[in-house]
Amino acid sequence: MDQTRLRELEDQCIQECAPPCAAHCPVHVDVRALTSAVAGGDFQSAFKTLSKTIPFPEIIARTCDQPCQAACYRKTVGGDIQVAALELTSIQHSDHLIAKPMLLPRRDARVLIIGGGLSGLTAAFELVKKGYQVALYERENRLGGRLWNYPEDQLHGDVIQREIERIVDLGVKVHTNTEVTPLLVTTLQFDACYLGTGNSASNPFNLLTNPDHTLQVNMDTFQTSQANVFAGGSLLHTPSTIFSVSDGRRAAISIDRFLQNVSLTASRVNEGAYDTRLITNISKVEKVETIPLFKAGYSAKDAIEEAKRCLQCDCMECVKVCEYLKHYGSYPRKYVREIYNNLSIIMRTRTSNKMINSCTQCGLCAEVCPSDLNMGEVTHEVRQTMVKTNKMPPSAHDFALRDMAFSNDPRVALTLVPGEGSTCDALFFPGCQLTASNPEYIPQLYQSLASALPNLGVMLRCCGAPADWSGEENLFTQTMQEFKTQWLALGKPKLVLACTSCLRMFSTALPEMETISAWQVFEEHNLFPTGRQYTRPLAIHDPCTSRHVEAWQDAVRSGLDAMGIVHHELEMSRDLTECCGYGGVAWLAHPELVHDILNRRASEDNADYLTYCVMCRDLLAGKGKSTLHLLDLVYGKDLDQLARRKGPDYSQRHENRLRAKQKMIKLIAERDQPMTESYESYMLLLTPELRATLEDRLILIEDVQKVIEHAETTGESFKNQQTGHTLAFYKPNLITYWVEYSHEGDTWKVHNAYSHRMELEGGA
Amino acid sequence: MSNPSLESLKGQWTCGKCGSLLEVASVNVSYLGSGYPVDLLVCKNCKRPLVPAELALGKMLEVEKLMEDK
Repeated sequence: MDQTRLRELEDQCIQECAPPCAAHCPVHVDVRALTSAVAGGDFQSAFKTLSKTIPFPEIIARTCDQPCQAACYRKTVGGDIQVAALELTSIQHSDHLIAKPMLLPRRDARVLIIGGGLSGLTAAFELVKKGYQVALYERENRLGGRLWNYPEDQLHGDVIQREIERIVDLGVKVHTNTEVTPLLVTTLQFDACYLGTGNSASNPFNLLTNPDHTLQVNMDTFQTSQANVFAGGSLLHTPSTIFSVSDGRRAAISIDRFLQNVSLTASRVNEGAYDTRLITNISKVEKVETIPLFKAGYSAKDAIEEAKRCLQCDCMECVKVCEYLKHYGSYPRKYVREIYNNLSIIMRTRTSNKMINSCTQCGLCAEVCPSDLNMGEVTHEVRQTMVKTNKMPPSAHDFALRDMAFSNDPRVALTLVPGEGSTCDALFFPGCQLTASNPEYIPQLYQSLASALPNLGVMLRCCGAPADWSGEENLFTQTMQEFKTQWLALGKPKLVLACTSCLRMFSTALPEMETISAWQVFEEHNLFPTGRQYTRPLAIHDPCTSRHVEAWQDAVRSGLDAMGIVHHELEMSRDLTECCGYGGVAWLAHPELVHDILNRRASEDNADYLTYCVMCRDLLAGKGKSTLHLLDLVYGKDLDQLARRKGPDYSQRHENRLRAKQKMIKLIAERDQPMTESYESYMLLLTPELRATLEDRLILIEDVQKVIEHAETTGESFKNQQTGHTLAFYKPNLITYWVEYSHEGDTWKVHNAYSHRMELEGGA
Repeated sequence: MSNPSLESLKGQWTCGKCGSLLEVASVNVSYLGSGYPVDLLVCKNCKRPLVPAELALGKMLEVEKLMEDK
């Protein structure tokens, strides 16, 4: 990820875009902060927010035409927020004191302001603050121009005078009763001029005009046909106090740039009113009507109620649906920056490694993101970079990768075709986890499929998903290559799959290969049994890798219909489905987070769940959610028990794969295949509690057996004088395993087992 | 890397290979290219160190994680 990519990703997240109210306000009053303060009864802060942006807070509060309301998301759910009324209440219920602004050091350049209306006064205010010498000419006998046209009960003269005086007192030289004629202009000395003369039609500089006699003015810079003369206010548009303030301020920016001889146009995006990219989802917002507003304005209590109606617009669509994005307390724009920084760290601790490795890469964020930002793709790409640059913590994915290596070891993997030939027309690829969870289903499923698909081969191995999820690009390519070599040798058979993660991997790496799901074969050939019954309500949990795989999603639903199973949809289903936490190897990086992910998914519906990914099933059932695999309905007997069963532990999963292999050899080649390793002869005795502890420590039964075999054959061990226990270690590869055991009869009683990765002088 | 339980283990363990009582000695432990000395029970003859469970599951794991994020 380089700086450009970071910027692209940051820009894709719209969370920090301004809410529509502030974007449509031409001076960008932070309406969201203002309503938030009022809602909390903090009128003082609300007033501060207002006066920070507007030099005439009370004039604006009493006269603003509220362009903010046009785009208010509250509009359709009870009515737009009464922002001006809330501003006025903030003034009335605070000290409404405005501190004198800091003036920059004096600059000699002189600025002439013609017209003492709101735009001219704003320009004068902004330029005096910047240290310029400002002279303001007004043809009437008082400043304020059009403001005096408002009825007194709306805008009292005292308010006009008070707020204008504060500006003038900063050091503006005011000349009232002075009309600036072409003749007078020739006698005045100035470096730049702002023309805010309203509709008076005076044109002392003889500037170019449009056919309708209005001045020719650049609407981005407010520059006229004479380079040092700028114009704005109601000579440009229908009278609006807030747009006059905006024009005066923006023209002052141009005048300052002109006088400093820098670009008038550079970096001036979103200066006036604009359309924001922020999108707020209001589909779940309850309607709340506007608090009625009377002429006298809101009481403090009513203002608070009205302000509470503000939706505090933001996006957060992805964070709302993703436990992972929620867990880290922020949102993608911040996360991509954090990830980028983490990659850039050279000497210090890289604190975001765990965060990067905890994403399930399920892609739900992209589904709900208004601009399709996919954090799964980001973390995937970043993991690949970490692996390439040797910055991936060695323990991060090691266990999953070793599990994959086990599945693809010649001892465990199997490729077999029926009959005498060496090729097949279709190849059943159940996937390593279905094989590990339910080895008994593999021959059954093969037989069902073979009844419809002649010359059906079988391949037991892992598709390579753990390598892909871990960012191990080379290992993934190599795993795919090994598969492809065999697939070519088998005569490019059509692949019959039972796992959507396998499908995802194959369609990414070998798009030329034809695939079909076992469920589609069942559907096409009427293989689903009929008249099945499940006594409780059943909701479909689509696996996350089935997102956008409509053919699989549909086949499962018609399969349920064919079997007579009543089912319903979860709120988040099909393309909006949620990951169970197994995806992206998140379960290894952050088990506590996966616990939350599972709880969220499990509590979405009171019904039992039906899924067609065995890891989803095992993880959900492991958290106490009764969940069936589609195959349970096809082949299972006691469905209640099947829905509640816990999945096998890691050691059992290894054994199951071996057992499935034996069964398939027996079924297709009609021979027995003894598969025992020498260490398997060490019969272990351990309590269920210890077995669960070893599961948490990611230590397999075979690891324990290897340690004992090593100790017993080499004598390399320690003896405890008090307990008589033996303690021994063995380091088959990177991890050192320790086992404390005693020999009891024919068995080896295990008292404890643990491991470490640190290496010790002396071999451990 | 401190090892408070070392004293309590002393005198309990003998080497399965040569039978001698384990003694406290400084052993170098290393991970990902960095190393530290740590006091452990060691067989002086066979040079094999004993890593107690508390150390492997406690301090060692902590340091491993720390070094992996460096």
